[in-house]
Amino acid sequence: MSKHAIDLTLNGQRRSAGVEARTSLADYLRLDAGCTGVHLGCEHGVCGACTVTVDGRAVRSCLMLAVQADGCAVTTVEGLAAPDGTFHPVQQAMREAHGLQCGFCTPGVLMTFAALTGGEARASEEELVSAMSGHVCRCTGYQGIRRAARALAEGTVGAGAGAAE
Amino acid sequence: MKPAPFDYERPASIAEACRILSEAGGGATVLAGGQTLMPLLNLRMSQPFILVDIGRIAALQGVSRGGDGTRIGAMTRQADALADPLLAAHLPALVTALGHVGHHQTRNRGTVGGSVALGEPAAEMPAAAVALGAMLELTSVRGTRKVPADGFYIGPYMTALEPDELLTAVTYPDWPEGHLVLFREVARRPGDFALVGMVGAAVVEEGIVTRAGLAWFGMGPTPIRMRQLEAALVGAALAGLDAHALAALGVADSAPFDDHHASAEYRRTVGRRILARSLREAFALKETA
Ligand code: FES
Ligand code: FES
Repeated sequence: MSKHAIDLTLNGQRRSAGVEARTSLADYLRLDAGCTGVHLGCEHGVCGACTVTVDGRAVRSCLMLAVQADGCAVTTVEGLAAPDGTFHPVQQAMREAHGLQCGFCTPGVLMTFAALTGGEARASEEELVSAMSGHVCRCTGYQGIRRAARALAEGTVGAGAGAAE
Repeated sequence: MKPAPFDYERPASIAEACRILSEAGGGATVLAGGQTLMPLLNLRMSQPFILVDIGRIAALQGVSRGGDGTRIGAMTRQADALADPLLAAHLPALVTALGHVGHHQTRNRGTVGGSVALGEPAAEMPAAAVALGAMLELTSVRGTRKVPADGFYIGPYMTALEPDELLTAVTYPDWPEGHLVLFREVARRPGDFALVGMVGAAVVEEGIVTRAGLAWFGMGPTPIRMRQLEAALVGAALAGLDAHALAALGVADSAPFDDHHASAEYRRTVGRRILARSLREAFALKETA
């Protein structure tokens, strides 16, 4: 069993750590880095609750080893809001559209939407909805999440349109 | 739900990876995108001594064109392949199949080579490689050999890959511009493995089918090439094609089994229907039955 030194950027901050080879990125983020917003529903790639972004792409952190994230930029739900607490547009959209109930699936959904709509990315509503196949939500029936996706794609977040229907 | 301990190696070159695989004498497992391997590790269904992460080997990345067709480096992520302009131009059937592999989030990590090498019988990539006539490049300290995808698959997750070999690239021969794409699958949910699926390509010149490559997935222990259907298609005039009869011929080359997802009978029935529909669509045939 080997141990490895890793350096990564987590939510904008440089971090170094020593990890066992078998430690998943999810466990490293939760147990070592304290990012408990990374939720673990299944630990084998089925539920999507553990989704984070690695170098800007949405990935399942239970299906990646921490050592594989060496040199990468990782963002978790903790890294979405501004330092003063202002919501990221994806958070605002989910709030307006009532896209969550218990919130267990939510951090994963937020990270997928953030990867697909943040920065240069401009996913269509259809692309966002199709990416939702990678998430299981046991509460909402997905309709609120769908409305959030529409608001994000149409750029109407904050316009008060999300909750209508 | 945590993997058993293992050693981890991250070689920087193909040669180094092959050396590690050779020295491990079968105790090493290759980690590509990890989207199938990681669940198996987490569930302790796989317990390798050494994990060889090929994710940082630059020579395994990317798509290129050569005399023998389009070459995809084994570590090319499925998401990158899906967005690749060369593949869009030359291998539309493969791109269509890629869109059905897992989910957006798993395609961001999962690789073309990983899926081809693993040989899951219900997966799209192995069947697409068989149908399109791909050649697999297998490299070890003993050298590189080329093996056709049709013949590589022996059983579920069993392939011709030796323990010391690494799949380094998959090369798909050219299909002429404007060739027809055939693809259909039935899965319970998007992103699930297919219960039944089919993929292929065909060429029609002046009303005659001149080339066809078709394969099933989820219809037996390996991807299965529809040899009888291909033989019936090639040389046939479009006007005389009967989708219903052809689909029955396609199903003749299949070996589905009962499992907890579906019965063999269901797979044969659905397989025949999706194949007939796909043939009708691709060749613009009239509904006969
Ligand atoms: S915990 Fe990672 S997909 Fe469920
Ligand atoms: S809000 Fe409860 S699982 Fe999605």
